[in-house]
Amino acid sequence: MAQKTLAGKTVEVTDEGYLVNRKDWTKEIAIEIAKEEGIELTEKHFEVIEYLRKESAAGAQLSIRKVGKSGIVDIKGLYQLFPGGPLKYSSKFAGISKPASCV
Amino acid sequence: MKRIVILGAGTAGTMMANKLRNTLDKEEWNITIVDQFKTHYYQPGFLFIPFGIYNKEDVIKPKADFIPAGVDMIFSAIDRVEGEANKVYLEGGKILNYDYLIVATGTKTYPEETPGLKDKLWYKEIFDFYTVEGAVALQKFFKGWEGGKLVMAITEVPYKCPVAPLEFVFLADAYFTGIGIRDKVDITFVTPMSGAFTKPIATKMLSELLEEKNIKVIPDFYIEHVDNDGKKLVSYDELEIPFDVLTVVPVNMGDALVERSGLGDDMNFVLTDKETLQSKKFENVFVLGDAANIPTSKAGSVAHFASEILFENLMSAMEGRPLKAKFDGHANCYIETGHGKGALIDFNYDTEPLPGTFPLPGIGPFGLLKNTKINHYGKVMFRWIYWHILLKGKELPVEPLMTMAGKKRVN
Repeated sequence: MAQKTLAGKTVEVTDEGYLVNRKDWTKEIAIEIAKEEGIELTEKHFEVIEYLRKESAAGAQLSIRKVGKSGIVDIKGLYQLFPGGPLKYSSKFAGISKPASCV
Repeated sequence: MKRIVILGAGTAGTMMANKLRNTLDKEEWNITIVDQFKTHYYQPGFLFIPFGIYNKEDVIKPKADFIPAGVDMIFSAIDRVEGEANKVYLEGGKILNYDYLIVATGTKTYPEETPGLKDKLWYKEIFDFYTVEGAVALQKFFKGWEGGKLVMAITEVPYKCPVAPLEFVFLADAYFTGIGIRDKVDITFVTPMSGAFTKPIATKMLSELLEEKNIKVIPDFYIEHVDNDGKKLVSYDELEIPFDVLTVVPVNMGDALVERSGLGDDMNFVLTDKETLQSKKFENVFVLGDAANIPTSKAGSVAHFASEILFENLMSAMEGRPLKAKFDGHANCYIETGHGKGALIDFNYDTEPLPGTFPLPGIGPFGLLKNTKINHYGKVMFRWIYWHILLKGKELPVEPLMTMAGKKRVN
């Protein structure tokens, strides 16, 4: 755990840069984290991000397939928005925890 | 006469039938359990079949042997549940009314969800080990194989027994070493996650095993299709991984009856309160085991721990009291690492696997996040425990909720 200043706000982040407290999240913070990964967020990115925040708050298990079935974007499109690791990056920008297995 | 209906006579449903019949008055409560299949599989044993450690006979017994007297067992496919009317419709039109329903229909593999997976190489050079048929076919294949590229790939999360693919590559390393062709076998582990290990402490304690055993890991690879002619995996971002033999964890989803009943999410896992284990749709419907959408591992140990919480809450519901027992997502899993050793992990919704001893603090005999011989014996002995104690709903000397006693906090 470490503290980091993002968009003028000091927040706690994990070693990999994920927000520790989802309540700290703001759109501005999302934009700044995305910038560090070289991604400029658009409205479409935010639609995915809002969806992930809503599903994760409801306790759902997230997966690439689930986002693909959401009606917001298909899997190919999701890869274009978040190249390299769509769920990993979109979760990071959404201020929710990193997708993880049990070990 | 009041009635409890249990859907599914796998690990979860069978445990619950036993627990309930041991407790509830036979004059007052009828218990009915429904399943379409007659064979009970010891699923943790599937992993050993490809390597000839177990054979088919070692992992199968009749389901009926584990259903106690005084429980009505119906062998039938299930069409749907009508929650508003408290009715279950079986295939063929038979209707079961219930006062309480327990959904324990598990998770299934759907290879057809991935284009090219269940195609001309299926069970020839592409296998799963989540079905007895796949595990047996792979055993036959390995007997005649002279080496090449072995790829173990996970298509999607969540899937049953998250550590099984890791165990598979560890056991493959040991197996090919044992028959003297390890230098001719190239083992690659492919995952849509960010690594073979994703939790910080487990990564630190166990990831060296992969290096030691010369197993290559390709993370963040999400399979779009399998190219049968080119014998390669193709990802959504158009990367390719060639294989000579592919072992795969197909997409997991809940039973289609969950969809027909309107009880689930888009992967057909039942929407479930992660603490009370009650369905989010109907108060008199509870969910046990892999069928639930709760954010913990899909594993028998979870079903076992959760069964005690569900039992308490069901008793409360019957007496009109609030549901006070809260499940914590407790899971406990052996990880076979090959060469007669194993590791053990114990965790819940909030606590990642930590090092320590289990079940007795400071004593063990099992070591958490440690690779030891005794952990392997634990897994070997577990098959006996499963058939003779666990399924019968008898007590094990392990608490349902996770404890920090015996665990070490690591920074």
